[in-house]
Amino acid sequence: MARNGLLIQYDWCTGCHACEVACKQEHNYSEGMCGIKVYELVSSSPEKVYVDFVPALTRFCDLCAERTKTAGEEPACVKHCQATCIAYGNLTELGKAMEKQPRSSLFAPK
Amino acid sequence: MAKGKENPVISTLWSAGCGSHGGCGCEIYVKDGKVTRIEGDKNHPFNQGRLCAKGLAVSQYMYHPDRVLYPLKRVGERGEGKWQQISWDEAYDTIEKKFKDIRAKHGAESVIFCQGTGRDIGGPITFLMYAYGSPNWVQVGLAGHACYTPRLGAMFATHGNYCVADCSQFLEKRYDSPEWTPPKYIIIWAQNPAAGCHDGFYGHWIIDCMKRGSKLITIDPRATWFSTRSELHLQNRPGTDGIIALAMLNVIINEGIYDKAFVEKWCYGFDELKERVQEYTPEKAEEISWVPADLIRQAARLYANNKPSAIQWGEPVDAMPAGSVVAQAITQLWSITGNIDNPGGNVIAINSHGVTTYPFSSAELTDLYGADLVKKLNEKRIGANDYPMIKNFRGWVQPDVLMEQMETGKPYPVKGAWIQTSNIIGGQAADPRRHYEAMKKLDFIVCVDIFQTPTTMALADIFLPVCSICEKESFRSWWQPLGVSVKAIPNIGESKSDWEINLEMAKRLATTPVKFNTVRELIDDRLSAGNTNFDKLKAKGGWEYPPVGHRTRPYYRYEKGLLRKDGKPGFETPTGKVELYSKKYEEWGLDPLPYYEEPKESPTATPEMAEKYPLILTTGRRSPVFFHSEHRMIPWLRELDPFPVAEINDKTAASLGIGDGDWVYVENTHGKIKMKAKVTPSSHPKVVSVPHGWWLPETDGRAPNFFSTWDHNVNNLTSMGNQGKSGFGGTNYRSGLCRVQKISGEKE
Ligand code: SF4
Ligand code: SF4
Ligand code: SF4
Repeated sequence: MARNGLLIQYDWCTGCHACEVACKQEHNYSEGMCGIKVYELVSSSPEKVYVDFVPALTRFCDLCAERTKTAGEEPACVKHCQATCIAYGNLTELGKAMEKQPRSSLFAPK
Repeated sequence: MAKGKENPVISTLWSAGCGSHGGCGCEIYVKDGKVTRIEGDKNHPFNQGRLCAKGLAVSQYMYHPDRVLYPLKRVGERGEGKWQQISWDEAYDTIEKKFKDIRAKHGAESVIFCQGTGRDIGGPITFLMYAYGSPNWVQVGLAGHACYTPRLGAMFATHGNYCVADCSQFLEKRYDSPEWTPPKYIIIWAQNPAAGCHDGFYGHWIIDCMKRGSKLITIDPRATWFSTRSELHLQNRPGTDGIIALAMLNVIINEGIYDKAFVEKWCYGFDELKERVQEYTPEKAEEISWVPADLIRQAARLYANNKPSAIQWGEPVDAMPAGSVVAQAITQLWSITGNIDNPGGNVIAINSHGVTTYPFSSAELTDLYGADLVKKLNEKRIGANDYPMIKNFRGWVQPDVLMEQMETGKPYPVKGAWIQTSNIIGGQAADPRRHYEAMKKLDFIVCVDIFQTPTTMALADIFLPVCSICEKESFRSWWQPLGVSVKAIPNIGESKSDWEINLEMAKRLATTPVKFNTVRELIDDRLSAGNTNFDKLKAKGGWEYPPVGHRTRPYYRYEKGLLRKDGKPGFETPTGKVELYSKKYEEWGLDPLPYYEEPKESPTATPEMAEKYPLILTTGRRSPVFFHSEHRMIPWLRELDPFPVAEINDKTAASLGIGDGDWVYVENTHGKIKMKAKVTPSSHPKVVSVPHGWWLPETDGRAPNFFSTWDHNVNNLTSMGNQGKSGFGGTNYRSGLCRVQKISGEKE
């Protein structure tokens, strides 16, 4: 069976944490539990300091199985990502999309 | 049942819950009378399906075990934390009697009506205040009224209206609207838009525009996500934004790259402005602001040569010395480049359909309550006689003058306070201890809120429990669109909405009968200005934009005669033009042209102080998961931002022996607070950046601890009484001095 995953264009991720709370709400996860976690990466060249954010999926991501079994429902983090930088779908399709976009990561949690 | 099959209640968020200044459309899912989750509404043009972290956590806010659900009266001393549950009747009767007594003995002006920010609070609080007969509407302790009012005042004085960066938010088809075009450049001036929905502006619209080609210029003392993605980053010394604006004007004017046709036809006082900015060369600005002159030149050129371009500015502008002057200079940038009310520029913002939910200006107050009443009450409004700009723009008290009046009782004593959704001591007030000392002497204080806070614990005699957004009906017209909040479930406990409480109190306290029986009647009366009502809006999905051709819809309204009361083309100013030389400022005894003023505490202004306190302290760094002093008790949110964190540059920290995660004292002449150090190169070596509004709801709320507010609220390091000549701006919220010291032996 074709596997699904999330493609995250992390260059757009502002570190707003909406995806994390969306995930917690969806699953009613308690403290410490969440399907997605956003990290701040600060790096610098001699000229400039860069602030980036990178979301990563944890072992608690179930790709919103409950939601996505209803046609048309996206995972909670995909819907609420304020930068609209998370896409859900078939890994092959997402892989194709990934070839065209810089600074992205593809997650296949399940 | 699959989740998609449930039928959510469609509503508009305007807090209480997410603390919003925005108006996200939301879906409220209800099961057995209980809200199970809240999601964004895809059909709503404001947020297009998204919600921020705070919005997504609203159910935890509603069902929090610490939420106050019944009216309380204080039974011990103030601060002792001894409360007794009472009925609404007893609460209302007590307040009615006390407020009537104060009015009879001292005059209605002796009761101040205090609000925080956000929510739909501006409507109900003014309604009650005017019914009672007091002119004293205030955000207590907000030194120099440093939150949006200085910017609004400057825009009102120079254009007769307010402007915001145009991200298509005034059009229902949003980014697909044929008449809209993305800004070529967006200058992000002193703001982290990603942290929320500041001043009716959903921050992530900037990202939407970037995806459609907008480029960025960032003016910020910190390196941020936005500066990382900007063509230029002007990393300035906090408090010097004024001279950057003046130097940019200098470049644009002297290089002749302004919009000559627009200036010729629609601006007044260009020659005077040109003369004024001559002294503010980029080189001079470099000396003062730390920003290389060349960068200022490049920023000015990119902005002026790429039309349309927009400026999105933040609250630090208001807190500058002479906040209304810095704001004036920034408005002149969009004015002389013709980036006003054009697609992709700074568009004129008028409340949707002309409906007033929260009266921003004196004109709106006059429309709602009548010129006679507003004029009569203004005579006693605190600070109005000291500052003509305060008198003539907005119905607010000047908070620094109030502080002194509470202490001296002159010209008249303050005896009572109605504090609604406002955390004075743990949040907005500069020098909160001084406020605590003064306010605890008042005869009678009512607090209307959801949770106990440092303020309610320290001051309340009666606590009235207010309900969340999902438990009430309300309406919103802050810019666009016009929307309604729909009640999804019965009120939890005995809580009531701010509108319900204030309507009931107004009926009891009014000197002339209140014409509304129910909140719904009142809402429908206000909505009638837009030829609609609550039910109609609800049936339409909760929101509506004004029709094409309406004066509250862009663009180029100054050409069409849609901005002036007399229907003539032009702007609603004395000259009918954008006044670069402000006639209103002149009339108010202020310099009609912008100038630079140094922060009151700085290495230049107070070199001796700077020797002892060598770092620059800037406060108010926004967290995307909290709204001001709210939300520290919400588990989903607190987990993401658990500690009050001071950002310190890595090299600076190393020289002070401070490591990442160490607890430190941030200290200056006003006091000291404890923060956890975040050691990062994204902070400027000479700047320490600290968030505001920190208290620990999990600690003892009783005196003297008050939820640890004295330990962690950075406003303990700020002071009152520094207001600018207009009455606006000036305090050290954004540009104070400090030193940082490791607290030995403390971890976690
Ligand atoms: S797909 Fe669902 S489970 Fe996975 S991170 Fe997103 S919200 Fe959480
Ligand atoms: S919601 Fe989107 S932008 Fe916000 S932190 Fe998550 S991935 Fe990043
Ligand atoms: S963006 Fe503003 S209105 Fe929307 S959910 Fe967040 S706080 Fe509320």
